[in-house]
Amino acid sequence: MDNPGSVPTKNFRLQGGRRSRQQKQPLPPQYGYGQGPQFFDDTTNIYPNLQFQGQPPGPATGWNNQTFGQPSFPGQQILGDPMAAMAMQYGQTLAGQGKVIVNEKLEKFVSVSKLKYYFAVDTAYVAKKLGLIFFPFTHSDWSVHYNQEEPVAPRYDINAPDLYIPSMAFVTYILTAGYLLGTQNKFSPEQLGIHASSALAWLTIELAIILLALYVLNIGNSLKVLDLTAFCSYKYVCMIAAVLASLIFSSLGYFAVLCYCSLSLDFFLLRTLRVSLLSQSTSDHYGGGSRRSLYLLLVLCVVQPFIMYWLTRHLVLDVGVQSNVME
Amino acid sequence: MTFTLYSLFEAALLCVNAVAVLHEERFLSKVGWGRDDQTTRGFGEDPGVKSQLINLIHSIRTVMRIPLIFLNIVTILFKLILG
Repeated sequence: MDNPGSVPTKNFRLQGGRRSRQQKQPLPPQYGYGQGPQFFDDTTNIYPNLQFQGQPPGPATGWNNQTFGQPSFPGQQILGDPMAAMAMQYGQTLAGQGKVIVNEKLEKFVSVSKLKYYFAVDTAYVAKKLGLIFFPFTHSDWSVHYNQEEPVAPRYDINAPDLYIPSMAFVTYILTAGYLLGTQNKFSPEQLGIHASSALAWLTIELAIILLALYVLNIGNSLKVLDLTAFCSYKYVCMIAAVLASLIFSSLGYFAVLCYCSLSLDFFLLRTLRVSLLSQSTSDHYGGGSRRSLYLLLVLCVVQPFIMYWLTRHLVLDVGVQSNVME
Repeated sequence: MTFTLYSLFEAALLCVNAVAVLHEERFLSKVGWGRDDQTTRGFGEDPGVKSQLINLIHSIRTVMRIPLIFLNIVTILFKLILG
């Protein structure tokens, strides 16, 4: 993502061609981080040499110049004459332009720049958010401080959804499922893949049904797909907790933790989504839309514990899963 | 519980096929789900669940008519070869 604040670090890639491509007009510096159009510190460009050589700047790499303003690539000393240097420069320009074009094309499908906002988290946010998922009852202010159309980086607002916790929770869930299968002597490496695929499929179904319901009932225009993915994946955290409790306390611990986590997750989802759904709908319709969105929210909250139970029961309880694996 | 992404794809394909065979003239109008029977509504108002569904069915039929041919052929070949 282009940002005028780090133009000096990009000199080694293109000479001057990149600067004319700053298509975002500079917005007034907000949140006091006046770097221009982005609202968090984009740390992807601090080590530019990583993209060329794969080693961090350090004393071991002797003959390569490690200063930021230098075009550094392997074999620089050999091509001394200006013709080759110009050809190399031209090649770099072409590569840079190609990269920009590919990024623009990709942006239409996956929206990489918006995705970056969801991963801009720090440790304090993750810790507070996990605490909020397990104990949301004392938190008072649930509104997100939006800034026009840009999604707000979760680093600056605890109520903003992020995708870091869901992806980490998903991977951790797969690993704990593998561990549990190992304790029951049912483990094999294919099981990990099967579990991952299965959990992803359930997540996709849930998302598809919710999106369909949002379209048909004509509510929730401000709820983006990525936000919904984040909210639907917070239950992986609770599933991990329930499954780990089953390790220590077997069935009783599993059900107890499952009940408590369902309660806290439902509370958390209700409070968070009520703010975003209802604040949007009251501006369009007069009362009918907010009732429908409330019903949808309630259905979503009721369904979460069942999904959590369904996805973890075969790990904890003794159900006949062998017949499914055979077919 | 072995519910893979491929079975999700198969289920989705079957559902979209089911929506694609609902003929508008011969069937949907007869049950009162035709597009011409919908009462004209004001512009900024709430479209209602039934008209949203009718619009959704119509859009799926229009958009997915051609891709469904290819997807069905690919899935049939896949199932024939791999069982």
